[in-house]
Amino acid sequence: MPVNIISTENLTFCYNGIEVLQDISFAVQKGDYLGVAGPNGSGKSTLIKNILGILQPREGNISLFGQPLAVFRQWGKIGYLPQRLAALNNHFPGTVREIVQLGMERKGNFLNIKQVLQMMDIEHLSSRLIGELSYGEQQRTMLARALASKPELLILDEPTTALDPQTRDNFYQLTQELNGNQGTTIILITHDTGVLGNYARSLLYLDKKVVFSGTFEDFCTSPDMAGFFGQASQHIICHQHDRSSV
Amino acid sequence: MSLGEILSFAFVQRAILAGTLIAAVCSILGVFLVLRRMSLIGDGLAHITFGSVAVVLFIGISPLYITLAALPLVMISSLAILKLTRSKKIQGDAAIGIVSSIGIAVGIVLASLSGGYNVDLFSYLFGNILTVNQTELLLSLMIFIIVICCVFFFYHDLFAVTFDEELAQSMGIKTKRINVLLFILTAVAAVLAMKVTGIMLVSALLILPPLTALQLSTSFRMTIIVSVIFAILSVICGIIVSFLLNLPAGGTIVICNVIFLLIIFGIKQIAPVLR
Repeated sequence: MPVNIISTENLTFCYNGIEVLQDISFAVQKGDYLGVAGPNGSGKSTLIKNILGILQPREGNISLFGQPLAVFRQWGKIGYLPQRLAALNNHFPGTVREIVQLGMERKGNFLNIKQVLQMMDIEHLSSRLIGELSYGEQQRTMLARALASKPELLILDEPTTALDPQTRDNFYQLTQELNGNQGTTIILITHDTGVLGNYARSLLYLDKKVVFSGTFEDFCTSPDMAGFFGQASQHIICHQHDRSSV
Repeated sequence: MSLGEILSFAFVQRAILAGTLIAAVCSILGVFLVLRRMSLIGDGLAHITFGSVAVVLFIGISPLYITLAALPLVMISSLAILKLTRSKKIQGDAAIGIVSSIGIAVGIVLASLSGGYNVDLFSYLFGNILTVNQTELLLSLMIFIIVICCVFFFYHDLFAVTFDEELAQSMGIKTKRINVLLFILTAVAAVLAMKVTGIMLVSALLILPPLTALQLSTSFRMTIIVSVIFAILSVICGIIVSFLLNLPAGGTIVICNVIFLLIIFGIKQIAPVLR
């Protein structure tokens, strides 16, 4: 029986009295590569913050690794790369090594610091301060931190916004390897439906509520989605998915 | 008077010891506060301390125990500031403003009711580290040990929360508990620091050494260590200079802190030009 890594039931979240998420129910299974898409303000990042306990839902249930969120304690199983750090202070005196080590201090199974730094090609930056780095280097540092605890679930919120095309492609290759070789469950939030078509196997499309949840095959054959996106857009996304699957 | 003679006085030794411990505590906590843009909390808590001391003096508690007696009130107020800063309807700086206004207002009213500013309240406004008593020295030592232990055991959590609170939450860190711990320790440090610099200058001990250390920072750990070194140097230099030139110790300690900051800042500006 497949294990649900994440499941939400009737999740509703309000901000200043306005419903940002309405009745969201979906599940992510072990080994899945889920793409989360939707327009600006559709609640993608808010959904993730609810799942991680950063925001409190008004209604609904959330389970992580089969446990209700309230009693879940195995946070080392989750690696999270936020869209952007809430307020990264450029004068923050933490080095790359110190930031990456943040992901290693909890109980559990960790990668060697050298391994993680090498994997993200930031070994040469290990004693540099995070505030001195370019946005792309900061993003690689944050990903190294997220990977340091050998997470079973990796949540990536708009991870490649500031990366150059080469680094971006390498990044997505890495996520595919983690998913394919190590069975890491991946949730990728992005506006770039082309990227989703290339790498994700299933799709959750949000617009405050769930517009679509299912596999790419279901998405591509859904007349509702053709009506929602337009046939041309649906065709482009599906074409990219088909090409990457070959 | 020679340096040896100055240092041979028991009250100077007590002052240097207590000042060193309190300055070290403030400089450690200050690193977390400055990086989280909460520097003004020291000012807010200092104003609350003024109100609390006025309450304690009004009740008639012996001046020997004022520091101890003022602690609970300041700790409760620090939690009130924390609660208000987390409110979605009140901005963080406004929350500090509200609580500090209450502290000052209560202090003024009670001072007036007790027949105007008496000598004790005045001495707490501007501090006098040379009058540190045995109880206060012991309290400083205890707080120093508590802060060192807290930073040692919760270093990972404090570092994560300082770096990014949301990220820390996503790692399962109980950020609310860490914030409460930080605010309570800061409240205790502020009460003790009033003896060193006076209520008016408490925030200087929380802000200036971390700012100086940040100019030289090569890592987070080093920032804390360098901050403590500058804080201790300022206290020792401040006490000795104030004694030699017959100046108020609190103000001199703060001026020493400012001089260190300006020197380091100046060197940092000039160094790249000279290279």
